[in-house]
Amino acid sequence: MKIELEVNGAAVSAEVTPRMTLADCLRHELHLTGTHVGCEHGVCGACTVIVNGDAVRGCLMLAVQAQGAKVTTVEGLSLEEGLTPLQQAFKHHHALQCGFCTPGMLTTLHALLTDEPEASEERIRDVISGNICRCTGYVPIIEAAMDARASYQQSRGDK
Amino acid sequence: MKLPHFDYQAPASLDEAVALLVAGDGGARPLAGGQSFVPIMAFRLAEPSMLVDLRKIPGLDQIEIGDEGVRIGAMVRWRDLLDDARLASALPLLPAAIDHVAHYQIRNRGTVGGSLAHADPAAEMPTIALTCDAVIDVIGSKGKRSIPAADLFTGPLMTSLDSDEIITSVLLPAWPASRRWGFQEFSRRRGDFALAGIAVFYDEDASGVVANAHIGAISVGDTPLRLSKAEAALNGRKIDEATLAEVAAVASGEVDPNGDIHASARYRKALVGTLLSRALSAAANRKA
Ligand SMILES: Cc1cc2nc3c(=O)[nH]c(=O)nc-3n(C[C@H](O)[C@H](O)[C@H](O)COP(=O)(O)OP(=O)(O)OC[C@H]3O[C@@H](n4cnc5c(N)ncnc54)[C@H](O)[C@@H]3O)c2cc1C
Ligand code: FES
Ligand code: FES
Repeated sequence: MKIELEVNGAAVSAEVTPRMTLADCLRHELHLTGTHVGCEHGVCGACTVIVNGDAVRGCLMLAVQAQGAKVTTVEGLSLEEGLTPLQQAFKHHHALQCGFCTPGMLTTLHALLTDEPEASEERIRDVISGNICRCTGYVPIIEAAMDARASYQQSRGDK
Repeated sequence: MKLPHFDYQAPASLDEAVALLVAGDGGARPLAGGQSFVPIMAFRLAEPSMLVDLRKIPGLDQIEIGDEGVRIGAMVRWRDLLDDARLASALPLLPAAIDHVAHYQIRNRGTVGGSLAHADPAAEMPTIALTCDAVIDVIGSKGKRSIPAADLFTGPLMTSLDSDEIITSVLLPAWPASRRWGFQEFSRRRGDFALAGIAVFYDEDASGVVANAHIGAISVGDTPLRLSKAEAALNGRKIDEATLAEVAAVASGEVDPNGDIHASARYRKALVGTLLSRALSAAANRKA
């Protein structure tokens, strides 16, 4: 089946079988390997991408269900000029070690802070509970997210 | 694991969806949020011939609040329930329970109809439906019917739905403003499935005597459970330390959970009593 969708602002199409997940379509058909696949059954959060503004598990959505959708992957969160404030905060707080969970952390936090730039530490902890990290112990990730809130509050103010 | 092969259709009406399920002769399955069924296919516990995606069918995503109660369309997502501020007064037990369902990303896709059809005894929505005497509306090749929650859940992940029947909505009966309620569950990690959970509500007279007690339990049986002995023990009593202890003991004795790697049967039994006692104190102490 042929699907047409928008990925990171560009119109793309892909030839997929119904059984192909969105995460596999992004990685193998569209060559966007920033989206990681860990457990393939919805538990780890590494595959998180943003579909029509909502953070979702890329391994639990079929590519055919993304027909017509606007998808943002971790690649789409980057700037030409350098690190985004969220990425900079991750670097500053050592919020990644091996980096396997990082794409899912960044997409999840980007969706959250775009919607809720005032999110409390408790809310951030609750949201991140769906993303497993085997390296950092989470504390630096929470600190990075808390730091990055200011830039999301500002960009909301700018609109 | 990668998913098995299947065909895929996303029909634009319920009639077409039912026709596809009939043509699939038991091999075709509805697909809602996919948050339970995609993992099941990944484990190869199901290998459907076709998935009939309900996402394009109009009218299944409404939350209607009226005199008869709260009617929730099958494709309403957890996220939609949590975002609907009206529910805090129309049916406060519901958002309190749904707050425990899964994680952020899963709540953006998982649906009420999918959870009811999946019939996981460890899930919140089936037990809330049972506790509230909800009625589930379905449509199939033989037409429409309304199924009381007590008749829907027949076993672990099993329902009385025919293979060509689709849940369209669930009606949770009207909720008096003065009703007292509590919800408690315990899980290892926030958002994980409960090791045990309790949903309770009751009405009381001016002197605080309990009537109409409804107590539901999560994750301590093959299906969602109503604790009828504990309900009987609670009716006619006032909430005090003695009542809490007595009703908790009855509830603990009434359930016969299985042990697994997450928790032993004895631990789950004890949890039922503890959680019920906490839920009842929260109910009694909440400012009306
Ligand atoms: C990591 C993880 C943690 C989770 N934790 C929890 C939790 O704590 N509590 C909880 O309750 N749930 C939890 N879930 C499950 C989640 O809430 C699911 O979204 C929900 O149980 C099923 O809804 P769905 O829309 O995704 O259904 P689907 O997965 O699409 O479908 C589930 C089943 O229902 C059938 N079906 C779907 N819609 C209909 C319909 N309208 N009519 C008839 N049949 C239908 C399908 O054929 C399938 O058999 C978790 C899931 C994951 C992956
Ligand atoms: S790969 Fe999707 S949640 Fe683990
Ligand atoms: S940085 Fe290694 S899993 Fe998170």
